[in-house]
Amino acid sequence: MSLERPDTVDDGAVEQTPDELEALLGDLVVDRDDHLNAPGFVIRPDTVQETLRTLKEQAGYDHLSVVSAQEYENRYESIYHLKKYDDPTQEVSIVVPADKDDPVSESAEPVFRTADWHEREAYDLIGIEYDDHPDLRRILLPETWQGHPLSMDYDKDRPQIATLPEHANPLEDHHKDAESDTMFLNIGPHHPATHGVLHLKTVLDGEQVVDVEPDIGYLHRSEEQMAQSGTYRHQIMPYPDRWDYISAGLLNEWAYARAAEDLADIEVPEYAQVIRTMGAEMCRIAAHMLALATFALDINGDFTATFMYAINDRERVQNLLEDLTGQRLMFNYFRLGGVVWDLPEPREEFFSDTRDFLDQLPESIEEYHNLITSNEVFQMRTIDTGILPPDVAKNYGATGPVARGSGVDYDLRRDDPYGYYDELDWDVVTEDGCDNFSRLLVRMREVEESAKIIEQCVDLLEDWPEDERNIQANVPRTLRPDDDTEIYRAVEGAKGELGIYIRADGTDKPARFKIRSPCFSNLQTLPEMANGEYIPDVIAALGSLDVVLGEVDR
Amino acid sequence: MSSDQPFITDDSQVVTETRDARMTGQGDRFNSRLREAFGSSPFILTKFDKFLNWCRGSSMFMLQFGIACCSIEMMHTYAVKHDLDRFGSGVPRASPRQADVMIVPGTIVSKFAPRMKRVYDQMPEPKFVVGMGSCTISGGPFQEGYNVIKGAEEVIPIDIHVPGCPPRPEALVYGVVKLQERVANGEASPVTVKPYELEEFSDLERDELVDKLADQIDDDELVMRYNFADSP
Ligand code: SF4
Repeated sequence: MSLERPDTVDDGAVEQTPDELEALLGDLVVDRDDHLNAPGFVIRPDTVQETLRTLKEQAGYDHLSVVSAQEYENRYESIYHLKKYDDPTQEVSIVVPADKDDPVSESAEPVFRTADWHEREAYDLIGIEYDDHPDLRRILLPETWQGHPLSMDYDKDRPQIATLPEHANPLEDHHKDAESDTMFLNIGPHHPATHGVLHLKTVLDGEQVVDVEPDIGYLHRSEEQMAQSGTYRHQIMPYPDRWDYISAGLLNEWAYARAAEDLADIEVPEYAQVIRTMGAEMCRIAAHMLALATFALDINGDFTATFMYAINDRERVQNLLEDLTGQRLMFNYFRLGGVVWDLPEPREEFFSDTRDFLDQLPESIEEYHNLITSNEVFQMRTIDTGILPPDVAKNYGATGPVARGSGVDYDLRRDDPYGYYDELDWDVVTEDGCDNFSRLLVRMREVEESAKIIEQCVDLLEDWPEDERNIQANVPRTLRPDDDTEIYRAVEGAKGELGIYIRADGTDKPARFKIRSPCFSNLQTLPEMANGEYIPDVIAALGSLDVVLGEVDR
Repeated sequence: MSSDQPFITDDSQVVTETRDARMTGQGDRFNSRLREAFGSSPFILTKFDKFLNWCRGSSMFMLQFGIACCSIEMMHTYAVKHDLDRFGSGVPRASPRQADVMIVPGTIVSKFAPRMKRVYDQMPEPKFVVGMGSCTISGGPFQEGYNVIKGAEEVIPIDIHVPGCPPRPEALVYGVVKLQERVANGEASPVTVKPYELEEFSDLERDELVDKLADQIDDDELVMRYNFADSP
């Protein structure tokens, strides 16, 4: 069927219609529950693996973006959002209702490795149990927490107890004889190389890492609950800035804006789209600069040179963003239907500042190449360490520079276009080294692509006729999307696919607001990259993933 | 003067602008207050405490401690442009044992609070804390969250609060300089109320929750008990 459709031939993803999918799944489907973004099929809780395997192997849905779980009056529900790496516009949702009194559902982990953490989170926050799950325990909250905070009968005021245990060596049993004893090493949660509050439970055999398990949840700030208690129009937008807080604010805001605008049918004026695109790419540069700075810090311990250089460049782009939005870090600049205000006056000054920044950028990038990528020590530490093969990356749902560093050509800006990206001339960067070095290189080359995008946006904005500068669509004062409409929408954040699932219940607040954070999935790949390597390679691998704990834990 | 003599010993031959400036009193930079106090004598007389406080205030070692968004601005404060080091307080130390100031930059949640308390306890006395951002003041934008501690002061004593979300680097610099001023004057903050203390599990009051967890938690394990209903 696809042979007649040249637009899908080049990327090789055969598109199936919802009916074909239904036919493929056959008896597995018990009902249809279509979402705004994708056809949805309801299945029985004991057929999860079979369904997902069929879709993965026979229909090519090889990307499990996220598992959104929620509780209704009469049931629990897990939704598996599936996509294709080759063409993320082809989506399907698998809805798995579970019993209200005894919420048990089959685990998808044997089919998609990434489901491990996602289902643990669903268990932690909502209380659904997953049969067959290899390691079902709390992930974000302390082990001793009482109740599941996003479930309906949760009492926020009840007392809780958090423990501060001494950590035992989890592999001790297996290494009884004195010759080969292993050592347990905690890295974090307070450690300069963990990029925030992350705890790595590491087991060493000599210098080699036998096992590393990321322990997260030290920055779990109830972001989903905060969004669920805010109104669509104004109260949610400040929170996205605080997910990936490395200056990726506008990129995050766009994730929420895109989901909510599609949910409420809001058309964004073209002029605002160009501003958004420009601002978002500035944020990407700022975010990648910090990634570069801290990576150099991890590898060379280089607080004085590379770190300062990169921060210097970051300051420059932050100045531009400050001019644009009025804030240095928490921009809160997007509004549903556009942006909050127009470019700063005098416009010429803003344009020329931006151009100045772009003009000096190639030179700074050259400097970074001299300082870092051509540095022998740096190369020895990063080339061929932290290997992440593309199929493993996909199995874990890795996206963004992490996936692109493994040669997975996946970028939502191009593959699922939004904003003004498809009108502009730029390229998706991939590297196929699959190692720590490639991931850094992808980021550095992406900065150049972002600069290209910004330049084109500036050209467009400069010539935009004065009376057509429409920064916001008409949006009703209160938004009340229809009851039981559901949507999942994603954008390409600085770290990868940042998606939002919203279920509306007819009120002005979302009934369920689920954040798919790229870092959450990316961090999950760490054991794959680090096991068998040396301790400094773990640090390098973690640095190359560029995780932000605010987004991992939400 | 012979030419094999490497140094010029005749003062009148040394002519530099700095020296000129110093002699004529224009270069304030060199005629510091300290120099005035010293005068021509190599001795100063002061109270030992005063002297030590002055030393403490003039060389503060910051703990390299990042929690959340605020820590990004904290990094900027250390780096180019803002450069906290100019104020004698910008050397980030990776180990709490080498630091005497902790800047708490971010949201503190239940799982992290006991760990933060432990890091604080590991710092040598005298130690000082700068609370950076709304989150460390009150929980900030996440005040209503089910997992968020409503301010760092619930766990450790704070000397200076720097408001903002996040505070700009300039604001943090101001906060740190204020702290230095207070330290140099020998002012210490009173240790404030700490409802969430680390305790051994067996020391907790035997209520329903403790009974429930009794078979999961060792008696001598350290735990932190949160009474969310009682905190502000
Ligand atoms: S005060 Fe604001 S910027 Fe600082 S940690 Fe809290 S939310 Fe982040």
